[in-house]
Amino acid sequence: MNNRTTQSSKSRKYEPILPKRKEWPVVQLSRQRKQFIHEVAQNSISKLQEVAPAVDLLVDELETTLYKEKYRIKENPWVVDPDDDYAFWSSVKKQLVEISNLQNDNHDQEAEQQAQLLLEEIVTRYANEIASNFRPSYYQFARTVVTFGFARLLNASRVKGLGSLFSNQYSLQDKIKITGEIDHLRNLAQHGTIVMVPTHFSNLDSILIGWVINELGLPPFIYGAGLNLFNIGIFSYFMNSLGAYKVDRRKKNAIYIETLKAYSSLAMQWGIHSLFFPGGTRSRSGRIEDKLKLGLLGTAMEAQRIDYIRSQETGEPAEKIFVFPVVLNYHFVLEAPSLIREHLRREGQERYYIEADEYSQSAKIVKFLLKFFRKGSDISVSIGRGMDLLGNYVDDEGHSLDKQDRPISMREYFCTGEKITRDEQRESEYTQMLGEAILREYYRINQVFSSHLVAFVAFELIQKQHSSLDLFNLLRLPEEDLIIPYSLFREHCERVRQQVFELHQQDKVDIADHLSKPIDEVIDHGLSNVGMYHSRRPLIKNKAGNIETPDINTLYYYHNRLLGYNLHRIIHHQEKSLVSVAE
Amino acid sequence: MSQNSPVGVIGAGSFGTVVANLLAENSDVLLYARRPEVVAQINSEKQSAGYALHPRVRATNNAEDMVSRCLVLFPIVASSGFRETMRSFSAFLRPYHIVIHGTKGLDALPSSSGPITRKQIKTMSEVIREETVAVRIGCLAGPNLAHELGEGQPAATVVASRFDEVIQTGQRLLRNNLFQVYGSDDLIGIELCGILKNIIAIASGTLSGLSLGENARALLISRGLLEMITIGKALGGNTEAFMGVAGVGDLVATCSSTHSRNYTVGYRLAQGETLEQVIQDMEEVAEGVNTTRIVKQLADYHQIPTPITRMLYRMLFEDLPAQRALEGLMKIPLGEGEDVNVL
Repeated sequence: MNNRTTQSSKSRKYEPILPKRKEWPVVQLSRQRKQFIHEVAQNSISKLQEVAPAVDLLVDELETTLYKEKYRIKENPWVVDPDDDYAFWSSVKKQLVEISNLQNDNHDQEAEQQAQLLLEEIVTRYANEIASNFRPSYYQFARTVVTFGFARLLNASRVKGLGSLFSNQYSLQDKIKITGEIDHLRNLAQHGTIVMVPTHFSNLDSILIGWVINELGLPPFIYGAGLNLFNIGIFSYFMNSLGAYKVDRRKKNAIYIETLKAYSSLAMQWGIHSLFFPGGTRSRSGRIEDKLKLGLLGTAMEAQRIDYIRSQETGEPAEKIFVFPVVLNYHFVLEAPSLIREHLRREGQERYYIEADEYSQSAKIVKFLLKFFRKGSDISVSIGRGMDLLGNYVDDEGHSLDKQDRPISMREYFCTGEKITRDEQRESEYTQMLGEAILREYYRINQVFSSHLVAFVAFELIQKQHSSLDLFNLLRLPEEDLIIPYSLFREHCERVRQQVFELHQQDKVDIADHLSKPIDEVIDHGLSNVGMYHSRRPLIKNKAGNIETPDINTLYYYHNRLLGYNLHRIIHHQEKSLVSVAE
Repeated sequence: MSQNSPVGVIGAGSFGTVVANLLAENSDVLLYARRPEVVAQINSEKQSAGYALHPRVRATNNAEDMVSRCLVLFPIVASSGFRETMRSFSAFLRPYHIVIHGTKGLDALPSSSGPITRKQIKTMSEVIREETVAVRIGCLAGPNLAHELGEGQPAATVVASRFDEVIQTGQRLLRNNLFQVYGSDDLIGIELCGILKNIIAIASGTLSGLSLGENARALLISRGLLEMITIGKALGGNTEAFMGVAGVGDLVATCSSTHSRNYTVGYRLAQGETLEQVIQDMEEVAEGVNTTRIVKQLADYHQIPTPITRMLYRMLFEDLPAQRALEGLMKIPLGEGEDVNVL
């Protein structure tokens, strides 16, 4: 398995696998939007009826939902919220009062009828709220803006002169490398339904991944995007046109969550490729996800089982779901300073306090984009190998394979003997196993960049030097205590790099091409790239040639990227041996 | 294949045979042994490992046929041969199979005596997962001394699995008027109970070999339980598992039974025999010997306080006389390996 050829997108153009827009599953969806939403509502209602079979339970659920929604409207209103939000929930309140009056007068049947109607009303509202507004013409336009527009900008900023606006010397492909199992992904997109699950570091991920999907010639995916992103006009436009459906993290009531899951599940049952960030939100610490939110992954499991049941009934072949982990690798994450602050506040509580904060906030997306194109900061997108819903790798035809490359029948995972059975506890265990497999794949295809290496080594050395301090005291050290002699730094960079190479040999991590250059070049490359656009750089070389740390918080953030590989042992191990020598 | 299909037991040792007999109370049972002559003998003499076979048990050495006919399999073979056995079954196993093992040992590379990490060792459920496509995996553990079960005395066991259906299936198949079957979702914890108690069982045999009485044994059992919990938690189990039937229950039974293999190893060592001599004339493996070695290496790496395991290790592999090992244990200053807060 280690010898599978992977390829880079560079210098290759991928033809669309479905050239006719009419054939895109997502276009089918937008044509039958009404029907789709209706089915979503019906499915979530029947799920909710299983959870709350008796009228009392249902009324309880409705009352809880009402309470939470009123609280949300009062405490946390957003621009995107519909104008009639308040009015709607007021009417829900009125209806609930009526229902409780009916119950008090022993008109149980009517009460139940009314409660069911009310439930349907709420679910339908939610389903409409969630549903994407994909329109093919918008997609076309957004795609043009992203690819051509960015390419024009890129050329204008790199190649001097007015005529350069129309030069094709540089393209986005030069800036963003797509590596890994590209053909495998394209193949499987024609054999079944793809669920793409990328890591999540930045708000730009959504647009980046949208570009990647188009670049690889795949039809558009639908994906769940945080409703908060729709607050920002420009994002909202892109998201809608890329086929995003809306996930409102403020709504934590069971009715909303069931509707959301029903939406995702039905889309997969319809064979629509989807994408979601299984980490839930952006990584706050800068570390690759080490735990996943399993809710949406669970909907894939359900969709697969339902499809097998349908196939059993109709005799038609079942559509198989393939999961593709994807890792986005950056030298620079726009939101790093605020993300790490949030992480530290959560972890440290009172032990962490923010000192006078004179930077951040200033960075604006557009400004970043301009800088990005002018100076360049490479991004790579690593596509993992496709797996089935149990985390088994699949071949190019979509057959699940065991570790000896023998084919496995995916269907039988859902069977008791020869019959397909529904067992939600079983499926939730499967989902957990899938989550573990996705995480393993993340760590395997993660590309180590020079900037990750220097940040990791610098922070570990500082931590080692001050091993008596806890993290929060460490982060408060004055800048003058944060200088590392270059020779020491260089030695450890080399040592950690060798270990990374070894892990790479064992197929446990991936490396960027630039990491194999002479070590001084790698360090310089890393220093000039790590968090390059922050107003305070995490790491610089001072005039004496030693390593300084103007901003240890963001250094910590970029350092965290290499956690999970046990690399700190290389640095700490030596410390131990020093102690034992002294004894 | 239906719910009434036969149940498979892999391994015709004493515990395997006894489990096959228990299962035969409710189902037809296929008992797998690797060697054809053993199978022939079992089927002609109607007995296996010294126990008379239930009429519903039939021996076989056709793995493929057995696996294709059974939905549920109980592998009960020594940990040293477990991986190999699973490999030979892996071509036939399917994703719908339920596999509940009854092996109380660890799988580790037979290597150096240096420290090893948790990742380098595997419990049997982890071996099944690695070697086969089976995912509905569980284990069987509890105070189940083979000869007492063989005599039809009342007892109880625990079926542990992450899957409810595995627990329920195990209960349905094993339960009868004299045999109670509890369920647990802490698979690793329950596996570790069965594994770690074997260390303490050797120590218990040693005490008897030194002609010591019940005060000493009670001391060993209580301190031993604490040590099991400490190790178990470090390896991924929960304390609760150790407080139940598969934990303290199995520990007390094994430490008190003169029939247990692990106990016998300890007893004979205390009488002055060497480990080689003891192992030579034992028909089946005493899992505790290997477990002591592995756990000592694990404890070295993860820095877990394990005074009993350490002393036992020196006694088993470094020729420390039993009397000296005991003195060593009694001399441990309070506070070392002492953690009253665990319980």
